[in-house]
Amino acid sequence: MNDVSAFPLEISGSPAPMVSFRKVTKSYGALTVLDELDLDIAAGEMVSIIGPSGSGKTTVLRMLMTLEQINGGVIYVDGQPLTHMPKNGMLVPASQKHLRKRRADIGMCFQHFNLFPHMTALENCMEGPVQVLGLSKTEARERSEELLEMVGMIGKKDQHPSRLSGGQQQRVAIARALAMRPKVMLFDEVTSALDPEVIGEVTNVIRKLVSEHNLTMLMVTHQMGFARDISDRVCFFYGGKIEEQGPPAELFGNPKKERTQQFLSAVKEAI
Amino acid sequence: MFDWKWDFTWEVLPRLIHATGNTLIAALAGYAIAVVLGLGLALAQRTPYRPVTLIVREFVEFIRSTPLILQIFFVFYVGPQFGIRLSPWASGMIAIGLHYSCYLSEVYRGGIESVAKGQWEAATALNMTTTQKYRRVIIPQAIPPALAGMGNYLVGIFKDTPMLSVIGVAELIHAANAIGSENYRYLEPYTLVGIIFLAVSLPAAGLIRLFESYVRRKLGL
Amino acid sequence: MSTFDFLVLYWPRLLSGTGITIAQFLLAAVLGVAVSLCMGLLKLSHNPVLRGAAVTYIEVFRGTSLVVQLYWIFFVLPLFGLSIEKFTAGYVAVGLNIGAYGAELVRGGILSVPKGQWEAALAINMSPAKRMRRIILPQALVNMLPPWGNLMIELLKGTALVSLISVADLMFEARQINASTYLSAQTFGVALIIYYILSRFMVTPFMRWLERHMARKLGKA
Repeated sequence: MNDVSAFPLEISGSPAPMVSFRKVTKSYGALTVLDELDLDIAAGEMVSIIGPSGSGKTTVLRMLMTLEQINGGVIYVDGQPLTHMPKNGMLVPASQKHLRKRRADIGMCFQHFNLFPHMTALENCMEGPVQVLGLSKTEARERSEELLEMVGMIGKKDQHPSRLSGGQQQRVAIARALAMRPKVMLFDEVTSALDPEVIGEVTNVIRKLVSEHNLTMLMVTHQMGFARDISDRVCFFYGGKIEEQGPPAELFGNPKKERTQQFLSAVKEAI
Repeated sequence: MFDWKWDFTWEVLPRLIHATGNTLIAALAGYAIAVVLGLGLALAQRTPYRPVTLIVREFVEFIRSTPLILQIFFVFYVGPQFGIRLSPWASGMIAIGLHYSCYLSEVYRGGIESVAKGQWEAATALNMTTTQKYRRVIIPQAIPPALAGMGNYLVGIFKDTPMLSVIGVAELIHAANAIGSENYRYLEPYTLVGIIFLAVSLPAAGLIRLFESYVRRKLGL
Repeated sequence: MSTFDFLVLYWPRLLSGTGITIAQFLLAAVLGVAVSLCMGLLKLSHNPVLRGAAVTYIEVFRGTSLVVQLYWIFFVLPLFGLSIEKFTAGYVAVGLNIGAYGAELVRGGILSVPKGQWEAALAINMSPAKRMRRIILPQALVNMLPPWGNLMIELLKGTALVSLISVADLMFEARQINASTYLSAQTFGVALIIYYILSRFMVTPFMRWLERHMARKLGKA
């Protein structure tokens, strides 16, 4: 049912997109969440996804992190297939081994942080580098402390998550994801669970990442102003499809589609 | 109290205390088996292979719904029928360990299921293997909520050790039976055994609660 | 001897043993439920003497072993002039033991009824007894039935211990047959299966039915 014979074994070209969704479909039973999604993200690009709830925004990130299986199409990361692997000159569904190899390129931050409660902030950051990448403890500690410094959490490195505020937990979670040195970072509504007064401390960290690092980033957000400020491109999702996309100034300033206009004015009214 | 003989009490007490040692050893050894085997049974019920899951689940159900004393007899007597001779201690530990491993597997299962889904996802996002996810992320968080249940079954296993007397393990009831039939006096030995059980299980329950809060603090939960 | 021949030869004894087991189970269940209600309510009493009595009862019966209680009731009580015939001693011990565990379930179930229900009953000027019987207990019952299902399985398994004082239940008959035939695998295997059938296909389905029935009666299903 998922015929992938027409898809290339890898994507070349210069520059090849860092992430490429090719006709990706996702459904839960009869409900189609994403309908033949095509989306390319260039290396170093910052793409924001906006749209009403239930439009499939978060699903895009979760599929890229391999938390959800796709029902059709292929996702490529850094030119190589992620959801599939080449076998005898054809693409077949990816094995666990293949997923683990390709997943190393991707990092993710969650709406509810999902820090490990039984580890301190520093231990959370060191966990992946030590256990998964096989770094020495010294090396991992150095790397983690550097990142905690960057997100402004070095002073709380020995605290357990239960002792940290939401904004602080989210900053640690960003450091934890970065410690794996991913090529692509995913931010899934990272400010949605935060109190309004601490949203700034998290968005500032992401701003810093955009200006100082050459990461490819994909972000689902409800913060329209923030998306407008820092994105290279904004995608408006509606009903499992990209309804409209473009540079933020254009999409927010001069939306072409009626649904985009409706959504943006509804959001404005809410503020 | 009615016809209570203190000199007889002092005479038999050392023997009962010695047997208490055996009872505690039996309980702890059986528990050690159950703790490890129970985790295996809990994880086996979570494999993606449906038949394995179903068979293990039914096995656990079977062991939990049949009497331990019968299982003790089964292990002790069926071996020799097929040429395997097990000592009373060995068969007792196998039976009691197996029986309680099934209870503990349910406790572990509850603990594992209480870990939030986001923890699995965060572990996937860090590219952990399934083994790493369990060992580093899930099990450490599954243990604290399971501790109360684990503690209850430690006390439970202790109170079930008298069943081992039926195959000749020299624990408390076995000693009390012997004392009773040698002296034709049952009042003191059986009452003392009851008091010893109370004296161990009541403080144990309190200690377990202390240990539970200690572990929670230690893990920062 | 094949298992079939074995069954042909011994089914009358296994059957009569099963009958005794069921009788012990039913009698102990009735006694256990009555004791649970009584002790559970007493533990919630405002009178410190009544509450103390209930706490002592519960801790003693939960803190010592059923085997010990059984022996005490059968061998020691006669010394106080209270001779009980073994069949009665069997289900009384099992029932009293289960009652201590059930009391905690009753107490928990009653405490789980929202405070507003007490206040509403008070507001329509119900007497305390009526309030408990008409308003609180029915709701408490629905809340505590699921753990009662497990307790009933424990009760069934507990009845196997009455064989220790020679009540001719299923466990006792199995031991007798084993002693005369040495066909341990067949004897104890069949007994295990009978216990399994009793708990998995009779006790558990009945408790589930009761849960559904009570929930429906309270309009919760």
